[in-house]
Amino acid sequence: MIWDPYHECMDIEQRQDLQLFRLKEQLARMTANVPHYAAKLREAGVEAGGIQSLDDMRHLPFMSKDDLRETYPFGLFAAPMEDVVRLHASSGTTGKPIVVGYTREDIHNVWAQTIARSICCAGGHRSDILHVSYGYGLFTGGLGLHYGGELLGCTVIPMSAGNTKRQLLMMRDLGSTILACTPSYALTLADAAEAEGFDVSELKLRSGIFGAEPWSDSARAIVEEKLGLSAHDIYGLTEIIGPGVANDCEAKQGLHVFDDHFLPEIIDPVSGEPMPPGELGELVFTCLTKRAFPVLRFRTRDISSLNYEPCACGRTHARMSRIRGRTDDMLIIRGVNVFPSQIEHVLVGFEGVAPHYQLVISREGHLDVLEIRVEVAPEIFSDTVRALEDIEKRIEREIDSVLNLHARVKLVEPKTIERSEGKAKRVIDLRDKEGA
Amino acid sequence: MSAEGKLTKQVSVFLENKSGRLADVCRTLGEHGINIRALCIADTSDFGILRLIVNRPDDATTILRDAGFSVGETNVIAVQIPDVPGGLGMALALLEGAGVNVEYMYAFFTRIEGNAVVLFRVADDSTDKTVEVLEAAGCSTVSAEDVYAL
Repeated sequence: MIWDPYHECMDIEQRQDLQLFRLKEQLARMTANVPHYAAKLREAGVEAGGIQSLDDMRHLPFMSKDDLRETYPFGLFAAPMEDVVRLHASSGTTGKPIVVGYTREDIHNVWAQTIARSICCAGGHRSDILHVSYGYGLFTGGLGLHYGGELLGCTVIPMSAGNTKRQLLMMRDLGSTILACTPSYALTLADAAEAEGFDVSELKLRSGIFGAEPWSDSARAIVEEKLGLSAHDIYGLTEIIGPGVANDCEAKQGLHVFDDHFLPEIIDPVSGEPMPPGELGELVFTCLTKRAFPVLRFRTRDISSLNYEPCACGRTHARMSRIRGRTDDMLIIRGVNVFPSQIEHVLVGFEGVAPHYQLVISREGHLDVLEIRVEVAPEIFSDTVRALEDIEKRIEREIDSVLNLHARVKLVEPKTIERSEGKAKRVIDLRDKEGA
Repeated sequence: MSAEGKLTKQVSVFLENKSGRLADVCRTLGEHGINIRALCIADTSDFGILRLIVNRPDDATTILRDAGFSVGETNVIAVQIPDVPGGLGMALALLEGAGVNVEYMYAFFTRIEGNAVVLFRVADDSTDKTVEVLEAAGCSTVSAEDVYAL
């Protein structure tokens, strides 16, 4: 079922009108209540009232984690503290945590609503028993799913994370039908069930809502097989609201972004210019409805693309592709933006190649040269030169046809690619050292 | 007829073109009492493939793999060829006539019964035919046992 057909299946032009209306309101609130935003707009030479179309968005300044650090803890709150009913926080990877606030309306009219939509995207219904194994506490996962589950009318089990054996027993005894947790915890549960000789067929699980960390389609297939459920991807960030920014439906053709609340853009991470639909770039969000902690063109550093075609399920929201990497990992080779994940995507198509590879970028004359070093695993080793050169050429051709990028593939001996803490060091950029 | 029992195991090793790698392989084998009977190297500007005939091929494979090398085992055919001018040419002409494509070949340092011993690597589906053609012409294959004991 679709939780909010009016907003989720809205005519696209009508939704754009709604987005623009909400954006104007939000900008007025932000500049009136938050000196940091007023200063940012002034610096960018933009007046809040000057935004007359969604295209005008491109004139608005971006914000990043730096804005959050500079204004820690409450400097970006746009509602008075007496209206803020809850705080959440995420541990910043460097230094200060990120603290976000919610008004009562933010929780009930925005967050719980988008979570209810997400659960319905995952095939959920009020008769479901929702097993929430996201952590409860400062982390947004547990309470986020909890309130949305209750709004939808599910029977919510606030398990939180940890105590894997007990999770499995409760799941079985209480008849949990939907599991919500991180994909890695879902794998942990599946492995524990296997190790303990726990009969997974006794579980009633039929759907899973997994997110808060990047995961691959192959991980999705493993979780689905081991736990016997349909696994759905939920996307969100503490800075935007927490989980429930986007979720994929049964079609699993991208995640529906609840864009009447969270306006998505894809930009070129270097120039900041908007990218055409379907192109990979950095995902940027503006909160259109949240009152306590609304962000403006927040740069997520997540790499994705947007598809504006309506989905087979009937929802008309923009759909984002699954996260394809982080901008921190992006390489610019001969002017082309390349994400290591794109190259890895090609390499996984060759048996025995993907786990151990390394990208080395150097400069020959004025040209960037990409060398892909691939360890010779037993699967690809041959006693003839021809067969090995053939593998090199096949990979080069595939990289060229998929990424339009000429790379040189070099076979190297096993275990010669430098590993740090068990993970291979993927990228070596020699260009700076060579004085560019 | 089948070539089973007439094939010799060759151990091949992937080597990057870096100094000292060939020495590393030989030292590793020497430390474990493996004796090299014949070898050949095929190389490109980036890498090489070292092909070895040794006295204990399965042990050599395990030892080199444990030492971190990419190692493979391939069946090759060891054949006695008259050690006279034109001897090898005759054998190759026979194979060509039979439509057998030789992937690569190399020779032993020692002789058996006055004959040179040459190793042929052919496509897997050509092994039976190779043995047949050469033996019919009087070039007997050398059993794996005899090769390892050379």
